[in-house]
Amino acid sequence: MKKNRRALWAGVALIALTLLLLPFALSQAGTAWVRIANIALLYVLLALGLNIVVGFAGLLDLGYVAFYAVGAYVYALLASPHFGLHLPFWVILPIGAAVAALFGVMLGAPTLKLRGDYLAIVTLGFGEIVRIFLNNLSQPVNITRGPQGITGIDPVRIGGIDFSRSDSVLGVVLSGPMKYYYLLLGLMLVIILINVRLQNSRIGRAWEAIREDEIAARAMGIDTTGMKLLAFAMGASFGGVAGGMFAAIQGFISPESFVLVESVMVVSMVVLGGMGNIAGVILGAVLLAFVPEILRWTVEPAQQALFGKMLIEPEVIRMLIFGLALVLVMLFRPAGLLPSAVRKRELTQERAP
Amino acid sequence: MDIFVQQIINGLTLGAVYAIVALGYTMVYGIIQLINFAHGEVVMIGAMVSFTIINALAAAGLPPLAVVLIGAGCAIPVCMLVGYAMERMAYRPLRLAPRLAPLITAIGVSIILQHLAMLVWSRNVLAFPQIIPLTTYTFLGATITGVQITILGLCLAMMAGLALLVYRTRLGTAMRATAQNPQVARLMGVDVNRVIAATFIIGAGLGAVAGVMVGTYYGVAQYTMGSVLGLKAFAAAVLGGIGNIPGAMVGGLLLGVVEALGAGYIGDLTDLCRYGLGPAASCADGGHFVLFGSNYQDVFAFVVLILVLVFRPSGLLGERVGDRA
Repeated sequence: MKKNRRALWAGVALIALTLLLLPFALSQAGTAWVRIANIALLYVLLALGLNIVVGFAGLLDLGYVAFYAVGAYVYALLASPHFGLHLPFWVILPIGAAVAALFGVMLGAPTLKLRGDYLAIVTLGFGEIVRIFLNNLSQPVNITRGPQGITGIDPVRIGGIDFSRSDSVLGVVLSGPMKYYYLLLGLMLVIILINVRLQNSRIGRAWEAIREDEIAARAMGIDTTGMKLLAFAMGASFGGVAGGMFAAIQGFISPESFVLVESVMVVSMVVLGGMGNIAGVILGAVLLAFVPEILRWTVEPAQQALFGKMLIEPEVIRMLIFGLALVLVMLFRPAGLLPSAVRKRELTQERAP
Repeated sequence: MDIFVQQIINGLTLGAVYAIVALGYTMVYGIIQLINFAHGEVVMIGAMVSFTIINALAAAGLPPLAVVLIGAGCAIPVCMLVGYAMERMAYRPLRLAPRLAPLITAIGVSIILQHLAMLVWSRNVLAFPQIIPLTTYTFLGATITGVQITILGLCLAMMAGLALLVYRTRLGTAMRATAQNPQVARLMGVDVNRVIAATFIIGAGLGAVAGVMVGTYYGVAQYTMGSVLGLKAFAAAVLGGIGNIPGAMVGGLLLGVVEALGAGYIGDLTDLCRYGLGPAASCADGGHFVLFGSNYQDVFAFVVLILVLVFRPSGLLGERVGDRA
């Protein structure tokens, strides 16, 4: 037992060290790779947020990107020349989380009393609606600048540190993307901690009970609607935080970044990794976030060499892989790559007639 | 007044198409309680296949109606095959799995179909060749085109045919029996798997015709057209009461009319100048200050869906409660 614990700590220390040194290794290959790692971390944040809704509470949300969009637009409107507002980062992020949570409740309240599959379709519609509004709210009063998007969004500034510029600390040069990497890593740790604590709490057990059998959970005195709403609001608020970070890192957002495909991608990450299992979800997010890059480095040259031109765009292959992953995982490994114990039991059991 | 009649006519035409697509959702849902998420993509494939055929035959000098019929004739079997393959590979193995599982594979199937279609037909908006001559008739001060009359007539005929099939044939009886209780139906000698496959095939066939109609009505097709159309048709099915066949028909027509009237009048209704509330600078000289224009048309189906779910989850004609576990 003692030996196990020591091995565990050694493993944790190794992972921590790797994560800390990763940007330095990546920046040797080019700053672009640090940016890719940042995007992967953003997807991890999104997947962890969606995992609360889909994994813990068992509610399929297909419009998760809407909350991402809300968070991003809140950040963009409060910290860009568009309205001339430049609030600091630590003020906006909680506002973005709160607004996204509010949207989550607004969406969840009418649908959560119904069966899960209605929720899936309604959330899908909601995602589209948010995008339609973002595209059209440039008239009669220009709020979102429509399809043009919002430019010149402030980068994160904490104290005197500007995250868009390079700094040198103790002789080590830290580029902008590297600083964002550490910020995202910190945020990810906080969200993982919240996830773990939630999972083992009274609330987490209530979610699990609802997911397993809603009627039985209600009979045990769990306020099922309230608990489901809470899951929805919490998942949404994490999406909002990720959206705010996205806006700050990119410096530019437009409705085009928040299409249905993004929602599907996050759902794929959660499903592939293993619904309800935090480590699995992180694995799924990292794997799928790097797929486009891997394809860019393998499929493009391979096609060039074989046919002399690009026959199938990597983008299409990526989507086909996502679709296939969803189908194949459900057919052959319904609990995901790293299944959570409870989920595994639930998914391999047959549904009572 | 004539604008009102015009919007009703346009709405009924579109609504008839929604109804045909909604039938595909509702039949499958009624029989195995699955939202066949990929049904919208089947409609898209129908539109695409018929586009290819019509495009190829447009110059052949055949009568236009025959060309469209051949197009539909090719689209129907292709879609039926897609529908059957989908059921066989993605849904049947999961029939006893928890509800979330088939829903997730359905999303996967939908993505796969969409991007395969993109590989075959490119990501561009395809223009349907306008081979049917534009004939217009005047009705109560509004114009109705020959295409609209054909669509309405065809949809009504298909609905009647489906009603006959479901309520008057052996297969229809088997379908209704399976919907009520698959275990007992099996004990009574119904081949449940075959009935479910037949349901998917019939729904896909209807979807193919709907795809051809949407293509010829709007004159365009694109690989992404299926998802929004599918969402609206699903809203129509819920409005009528999901699982209920007459409900899907009523829901589709009603949703089409709501959408057309909504898109036609929302600009006027949300013009703050009408109520004396708009800023003086924009309202001067009969100016407008429109909060929501007709570009919000796609929002109506969703609002209808939410309102139905809140106030009458069983839909207009449905008897079953929406949250039956």
